[in-house]
Amino acid sequence: MARKILTEHINVPGIETFDVYRKQGGYTAVEKAIKTMTPEEVVEEAKKSGVRGRGGAGFPMGMKWGFLAKPEGVPRYLVCNADESEPGTFKDHHLMKCIPHLLIEGMIISSFALGANKSFIYVRGELMYVIRILEKAIAEAKAQGFLGKNILGSGYDLELVVQPGGGAYICGEETALLESLEGKRGNPRNKPPFPAVKGLYQSPTVVNNVESISNMPWIINNGGDAYATIGIGRSTGTKLISASGHIQKPGVYEIELGVSVDEFLNSDEYCGGVRKGHYLKALVAGGSSVPILPANLITKTAAGEDRLMTYESLSDGGFATGTMLGSGGFIVFDETACIVRNTWNFSRFYHHESCGQCSPCREGTGWMEKVLHRIEHGHGSMHDIDLLVDISKKIEGNTICPLGDAAAWPVASAIRHFRDEFVWHITHPQEATQPGAVYMGEMVLG
Amino acid sequence: MEEVKPQLLKITFDGIEVEVEPGTTIMQAARKIAEADESQGHLVPPAMCYYKPLPVSGGKCRACLVRVAAGSAKDPRPMPKLVPSCITQVQDGMVVENTTNQAVLDTRKSIVEFLLINHPLDCPICDQAGECHLQDFAFEHGSVKTRYEEERRTFDKIDIGPHVQLHMTRCILCYRCVYTADQITNQRVHGVMNRGDASEISTYIEKAIDNDFSGNVIDVCPVGALTDKTFRFKNRVWFTKPEDAHRDCDKCCGKTTLWYRGDEVIRVTARKNTWGEVTDFICNTCRFEKKNTSDWVLEGPTKVKRSSVISANKYRKDLVAKPDFALKLAATQFKNIDDSRPYVTDEETIRHQSIENNDKANHRSLAANNN
Repeated sequence: MARKILTEHINVPGIETFDVYRKQGGYTAVEKAIKTMTPEEVVEEAKKSGVRGRGGAGFPMGMKWGFLAKPEGVPRYLVCNADESEPGTFKDHHLMKCIPHLLIEGMIISSFALGANKSFIYVRGELMYVIRILEKAIAEAKAQGFLGKNILGSGYDLELVVQPGGGAYICGEETALLESLEGKRGNPRNKPPFPAVKGLYQSPTVVNNVESISNMPWIINNGGDAYATIGIGRSTGTKLISASGHIQKPGVYEIELGVSVDEFLNSDEYCGGVRKGHYLKALVAGGSSVPILPANLITKTAAGEDRLMTYESLSDGGFATGTMLGSGGFIVFDETACIVRNTWNFSRFYHHESCGQCSPCREGTGWMEKVLHRIEHGHGSMHDIDLLVDISKKIEGNTICPLGDAAAWPVASAIRHFRDEFVWHITHPQEATQPGAVYMGEMVLG
Repeated sequence: MEEVKPQLLKITFDGIEVEVEPGTTIMQAARKIAEADESQGHLVPPAMCYYKPLPVSGGKCRACLVRVAAGSAKDPRPMPKLVPSCITQVQDGMVVENTTNQAVLDTRKSIVEFLLINHPLDCPICDQAGECHLQDFAFEHGSVKTRYEEERRTFDKIDIGPHVQLHMTRCILCYRCVYTADQITNQRVHGVMNRGDASEISTYIEKAIDNDFSGNVIDVCPVGALTDKTFRFKNRVWFTKPEDAHRDCDKCCGKTTLWYRGDEVIRVTARKNTWGEVTDFICNTCRFEKKNTSDWVLEGPTKVKRSSVISANKYRKDLVAKPDFALKLAATQFKNIDDSRPYVTDEETIRHQSIENNDKANHRSLAANNN
């Protein structure tokens, strides 16, 4: 069995209550950090662990903490980004719902390390019941003296606030999240200044993903060096993967980074393989915004090496033959899935979720969706394919926030790897618009 | 004792060196070059959302994206992405490429395309035509044909009060009017509603905008989305004659531009500088109610610069100073035009003539060299 850091006790009955969580060794990390360590030592452990941001960008968390500006007399804030709304990603939801105290313990340690006296958990607004679970857990922790004034008699105060989100995917972008938290329209800010210098209420702020923060209790208990031994190279630790699509056992799995994609997809411990009687056609490895890969590039890289579930291995070959680990939304398509329809579906999502602030994303996402809609419904023409590629290129990198890139990548990669399927949709509109019709041409099946 | 001057930063913009104060943006540095030498006006990146008199504006339209080939003298690495020049501050030793970089020009062209796909192109009946920044931007950087085949976005009409006419379909969401209301009026009652390409400028539950400075949103609007109801369909701006004038006003500075048709003042606006930016905001009394010459002390005709207000024949490409490759770009585009079409637009004729003349001139100079 692979080592579990986050989900070790997740199946213990009653783990969502303080008493059971405490019995399983919970809150010992808070005691250790606050009683025996200085904030700098906690930051040092995070740096040693090499844990990387689990929200999608994969930026080392310790380094991010190191960038936090510390001017005198200005409060600092820690904000936990729990606005998980990427199609195909549902790991934070699972974690907060099942084991809320893990996040709270992580928040206490992280806030202590950063010197924040007020921290926020910005939870996706649709997850009202999770917000209630978290609030109940916070009340329990407060009653036991782990939150509030003078935690464990150390003189350190911390108030933890759960904020329901504004109901937009864009509020998961860190600066839009801060705007939303301030009570404004969730529009991303221009950077620089970065949140580490001017974030929430113009004060230095760190924004971290739920999963990143939840790693902290284990790191404090066992040391950053122990954490760094798990995984391969710069991809340290474990990662929650939300597996969905045409597989035997969809769900949230905790893997050690470095497990091969083949093992993750086919072993009974994890996904259990593509559903019976069907073949693998394509895979999205890290949530809807990362490039889609065809079957022949999933288990092996273009160079013929085994592809592993790590940040580096998945992005091997750049976007030409690689993808990204992203937020860990593992979506599997078998041969019954229509790539054009799927790309249109993703595109529709980004069109709907664009904030409308900067022109390439506002106009471009809608344009791509309309062209894809046309192709999917049998009204496309051949130049539409190149038009889509051109639009995606013009959006990518020219927007304020990464939503533009996220909208452009799935479209560009689908055309890169499945151009023949787009062509078929255009040349055979009659067949392509039949219910359940799928292109079965010279597909490489895995 | 000598006065301590701030250390000036030296940057290279399209091969031209300029020294600016710390905290200056790339856009301001480029404008400084153009102000020193008017023939370099074409180097300045276009600005559709950035508006200097309104702090925090900018960064949204992406029209002013430039490439930073070297970040600074200390760290000469290029920046990975194109950066918005209106909000990016200069560093000592920065090297910026604007019109000298093809990727920047290609991106700019695509920004025009993005802004125009949902813009109605009703210039013939739009009061802003002739002083529209989008018109200028599209003329200078856009393509002749559109690749957009879908239906354009439309909005339900709403009435936002007695003075200002809102045409939401023309809006490019620059947020300038939002910042104007935030920064120069007591309370903002309009804003951006909804999300993505459904975003619209609106007042909450169609409330009217009613305050003494509401008219300024007309001046800051780069397109015809917010126009003057008292000037609606009165005249084309290029037939009107601007005169600077002032009056004693207890609410504002009273410095305005009167726009005459014959002896009649048909509209009053704030004065604008070379970059189309208001120098002093004016109140609604001056703007909407004082439409007699006797209300004003005239100062003389407004100096019209090419880039501020339409001047005669502005849109003749041969009169616009252009770098060589822009003409070449125009030449290649002209060849792509479908010749089977039974008509030719004026712009195409003019451009064609301009290219021919240019070719002839080149040919002559070549012949002279050979002899």
